[in-house]
Amino acid sequence: MDNNIILEIKNLKKYFNLRSGFLFQKFKGSVKAVDDISFYIKEGETFGLVGESGCGKSTTARVILRLTPPTEGDVIYNGVNLFKLNRKKMLKIRKEIQIIFQDPYASLSPRMTVGDIVGEPLEIHKIGDKKYRLRRVKELLKVVGLNPEHINRYPHEFSGGQRQRIGVARALALTPKLILCDEPVSALDVSVQAQILNLMSDLQKEFNLTYLFIAHDLSVVKHISSRIGVMYLGKIVEVTNSKDLYKNPLHPYTMGLLSAIPIPDPELERKRKRVILKGDVPSPINPPGGCRFHTRCPNAQDICSKEEPVLKDYSKNGKEHLAACFFAGKPI
Amino acid sequence: MGFSGNNKILEVKNLRTYFYTDDGIVKAVDGISFDLMVGETLGIVGETGSGKSVTALSILRLIPQPPGKIVSGEIIFDGRNLLEMGGAELQNFRGNKISMIFQDPMTSLNPVYTISNQIIESIVIHRKLSKKEAIKECLKLLEMVEIPEPERRLNSYPHEFSGGMRQRAMIAMAIANSPGILIADEPTTALDVTIQAQILELIDGLKTKTKSSIIIITHDLGVVAKYAERVMVMYAGRAVEFSTVDNIYYKSYHPYTIGLMNSITRLDEDQKERLKPIKGSPPSLIDLPNGCVFRKRCKYAIDVCKKEYPPLIEIEKNHFVSCHRAGEFLKGSLNRI
Repeated sequence: MDNNIILEIKNLKKYFNLRSGFLFQKFKGSVKAVDDISFYIKEGETFGLVGESGCGKSTTARVILRLTPPTEGDVIYNGVNLFKLNRKKMLKIRKEIQIIFQDPYASLSPRMTVGDIVGEPLEIHKIGDKKYRLRRVKELLKVVGLNPEHINRYPHEFSGGQRQRIGVARALALTPKLILCDEPVSALDVSVQAQILNLMSDLQKEFNLTYLFIAHDLSVVKHISSRIGVMYLGKIVEVTNSKDLYKNPLHPYTMGLLSAIPIPDPELERKRKRVILKGDVPSPINPPGGCRFHTRCPNAQDICSKEEPVLKDYSKNGKEHLAACFFAGKPI
Repeated sequence: MGFSGNNKILEVKNLRTYFYTDDGIVKAVDGISFDLMVGETLGIVGETGSGKSVTALSILRLIPQPPGKIVSGEIIFDGRNLLEMGGAELQNFRGNKISMIFQDPMTSLNPVYTISNQIIESIVIHRKLSKKEAIKECLKLLEMVEIPEPERRLNSYPHEFSGGMRQRAMIAMAIANSPGILIADEPTTALDVTIQAQILELIDGLKTKTKSSIIIITHDLGVVAKYAERVMVMYAGRAVEFSTVDNIYYKSYHPYTIGLMNSITRLDEDQKERLKPIKGSPPSLIDLPNGCVFRKRCKYAIDVCKKEYPPLIEIEKNHFVSCHRAGEFLKGSLNRI
């Protein structure tokens, strides 16, 4: 295996069981939120995970950090299988893997000052004394573009963009190597979104960070990521670099997704031919058999409802390109 | 203002809508004027709190009072000022001549009534129809908004519909009486991209069928580029630029619009260029800076910006800008950075 692979996800599954009844609960099936996905992230890169709501992208991040236990599969971080670690060892590794959450309003405690919020990771991991922590928190606030003098303010005194900066500062506190970013900019307005995206790129260069960047907005993901995985109903359907994903998509779902996003350029939009995917995303409780996308796919044939396509390698000239489709590359 | 000719369907003049709160007066909409042509799609863009939705609610006279109040202005529809209308007359306009598609289809539908019940309600309020005729009309509408198997859906409740289907039902209600104006307030923000595309195509397609004019309110600059013919850019309760979609995207003269265009990530960008965001964040609407509301975030701000609010003036034909330095952009003596 390549030496510079920092995180490898192997056949990861996460099912949420549905039960009914109070005392003698009956098993009523499961939501297959993440269903057998594999991918890897190289050190220093940004891997984007994109898909519509309910496709399992956030669950993936939570399972990696063991915030929720996996059903099956392995997550290898720097050669260590995270699912095999005991609590103590996991806590140690969590220092190196941090997370930034989507909602800067809900992910900061309203009763804690900014100093306490950003300093809490240091306290939990017992790093330095009080004086050191204070100095470090001030330094972190400065790094993310906040005024260190605001250390005693509460989250409600900040705007959405500033709050997300606080979330970033908290994630940076333990000098992590890998940051899982779960929709970090989707709650923000465009002008502020751009500020946070720039900040994240700057920090990545400065501290040699690796990002797993999860979002539903493909243009944001494409902007920040070097490689992208597209998810649909718990499965990864396509993986490639961000340029090829736009220029040469192989999976019909990726094509539909790209086509659905209007480009902020009126002249281009007038010329652009769009294919609109029909129907809704099916429920993950009872996903369609065969290829999960076949119910909405304009290219679907008989085989698509019978067999499940695996992620096949279509790499060309050393450029990685994987897709899970029997008719990969056929335009929709 | 706007395109010449008499085929205006709506004219909003100097509209001010304030909210009186314990913390002070929130000037949500502070003196905006625009017009809408027959058959036109007008886009209103702006960030959270810029006053887009309040503008829409003011047109429909749906501002909760108190704390809100339309302080001044005129909204002329069909030669009549909507702000001077009384209850019964207003009822006749609302949902009939002007109707609205709301942002969140999950909360805008009543969960205890069936979808058809709610659609039929919006029909029979304005038209005298028998129950049978109303159901027939309802089926026709469900078909128009492309809900599959409409007969089977007649007795469904909102929770049995997906997000996209609920929004379709909302659209059916909005077009029930073939309104002259359809206002869509962030119609797809709560939906996934592929569903968003379906809904927007539907609205655009219906426009040709019903010959309505459309006001589409959104923060998504891609959506505006695709569907709008003219665009009004709002910032802190004011219109800062108003022109054709091409002018706004390619020849903008207001620093806020320019900044907005530089902030967006584009799907088709070739090189990864660093984004050029606007610094800071929007001001509080209670405590607006004097002079130009944008000056604190503006790269081009000069002394006069502190003193006077720049009026919205027609700098070129059909291109309205509210900036002291717009003339310099026009002449080319000031470069967009």
